[in-house]
Amino acid sequence: MGFSYLTEIEDIAKQQGVPFWRVIIEDDMKERNVSFEESFETMRGMYRAMREADASYDGTLRSVSGLAGGDGAKLEEFKKKKNRLIGDFLTEVMEKAVKMSESNACMRRIVAAPTAGSCGVIPAVLLTYESQREVSEDRLIEALFVAAGIGEVIAESASISGAEGGCQAEIGSASAMAAGAVVYLEGGSDEEIMHAAALALKNMLGLTCDPVAGLVEVPCIKRNVSGAVNAIVSSQMAMAGIRSAILPDEVIDSMRRIGKLLPACLCETGQEGLAITPTALEVVRKLREEA
Amino acid sequence: MNLFDIIGPVMVGPSSSHTAGAVKIGYVARKLLAQPVKKAEILLYGSFLATGKGHGTQLAIVAGLLGMKTDDSRIPDSFQLAKEAGMEITFGEAKLKDAHPNSVQLLLMGEDGRTLDVVGESIGGSRINIASINGSMANFSGEYPTLIVYHTDQPGHVAEVTSMLSHKSVNIATMHLYRAGRGGRAVMVMECDHEVPAESVRWLTRLEGIDKVIYYSLEER
Repeated sequence: MGFSYLTEIEDIAKQQGVPFWRVIIEDDMKERNVSFEESFETMRGMYRAMREADASYDGTLRSVSGLAGGDGAKLEEFKKKKNRLIGDFLTEVMEKAVKMSESNACMRRIVAAPTAGSCGVIPAVLLTYESQREVSEDRLIEALFVAAGIGEVIAESASISGAEGGCQAEIGSASAMAAGAVVYLEGGSDEEIMHAAALALKNMLGLTCDPVAGLVEVPCIKRNVSGAVNAIVSSQMAMAGIRSAILPDEVIDSMRRIGKLLPACLCETGQEGLAITPTALEVVRKLREEA
Repeated sequence: MNLFDIIGPVMVGPSSSHTAGAVKIGYVARKLLAQPVKKAEILLYGSFLATGKGHGTQLAIVAGLLGMKTDDSRIPDSFQLAKEAGMEITFGEAKLKDAHPNSVQLLLMGEDGRTLDVVGESIGGSRINIASINGSMANFSGEYPTLIVYHTDQPGHVAEVTSMLSHKSVNIATMHLYRAGRGGRAVMVMECDHEVPAESVRWLTRLEGIDKVIYYSLEER
């Protein structure tokens, strides 16, 4: 049932001479007793739901707290500027990551990947790839299986819950998943997929979950941007031949241990960090008044 | 955890526990009532009470009570839709003892006047636990067809129910048995891998020593 190590997936892929994603879909077929088509089409449904969520972004919406909304529209405008420091690809990744996370905060329909709080990372990367490169939808769906496999290993061996492991478990996991997916799309090897995931996750180790008023808004929305950009950067490092000095499965295990050591006040309880700043407490006070 | 808990579910945000889980609790409660909700007293507890507003927890519960699922884009409009459906809603604070931090107590009245008291917990991801029904322990997830049988604590009732399930080729996934005291009122809760035929549920209600049967089906009925 599922995989506990990335090397398990790698080994099976090697033994059977099949791609990384194929090992993951076959495990799902066995686990849920479904056909190849059924599993693949379910994933296609997830990808299309991401695409619809991105397309239906509404920049005029604001979250109940009033803290979230409208920044995606700002990045859409920014994208039109000629004097940007960063290129079109990363700018669009940023834009899409904010849009998806804002849509989530504003009660729109999204795809948890792996969680609602980190729902912007993977679609930002894959949808931008689709818009900026020549790629078939099937290949993007295969990349989603790669991401899902990495996420499954992290969920199995560490955690994908902010309440359990801090933000490293949510945005960190999403970023690792997205990094592996990009390497797959770029034609990288299984080893490169795993090392891209490791590099991305390493950059996010120790991140706490201290959201303002307990809401999935601050700092979550902008952290989706850094998670998405980190995924791209990590994938490029791996494609350049750089390897994580710490083995990928060891990085995941480190995330688990760090998560266990994080005090409860920094694990989605709103008792420390950003959540108890004067600005945050003022937000909490206003929400109480309105309630 | 299956692969589509990692990529998925498709859901209305912002929170899998405070929004999607809340919708599910309302949805399961509505199914347990087995008819449209006329009146709902929604009593929030713990983190649902403290941060529910920003997460749309109240909208989510009402959406569930209207029969919406977690990916229904009408969830943010549920108050208006409830009004149009003639559902009367009040909110309050639940007085629960040692409950899960994300809990809600729902006091429901159906169109024909029947009432139901459900305590639901959102236990992480979008997974839920129905902790109690009408004050007696329940503890099921809403992911499986679930048979809840209220009976007198005496020998044979578990055998009657399980042999009926065996006869109908219904496999039991999980099973719990609780009693108030020896020889008193008892309840068995069984999550099944297959749907239990409606006539078999009715047959159970006619057995001596069985007071009441509630069946939660995954089918749209």
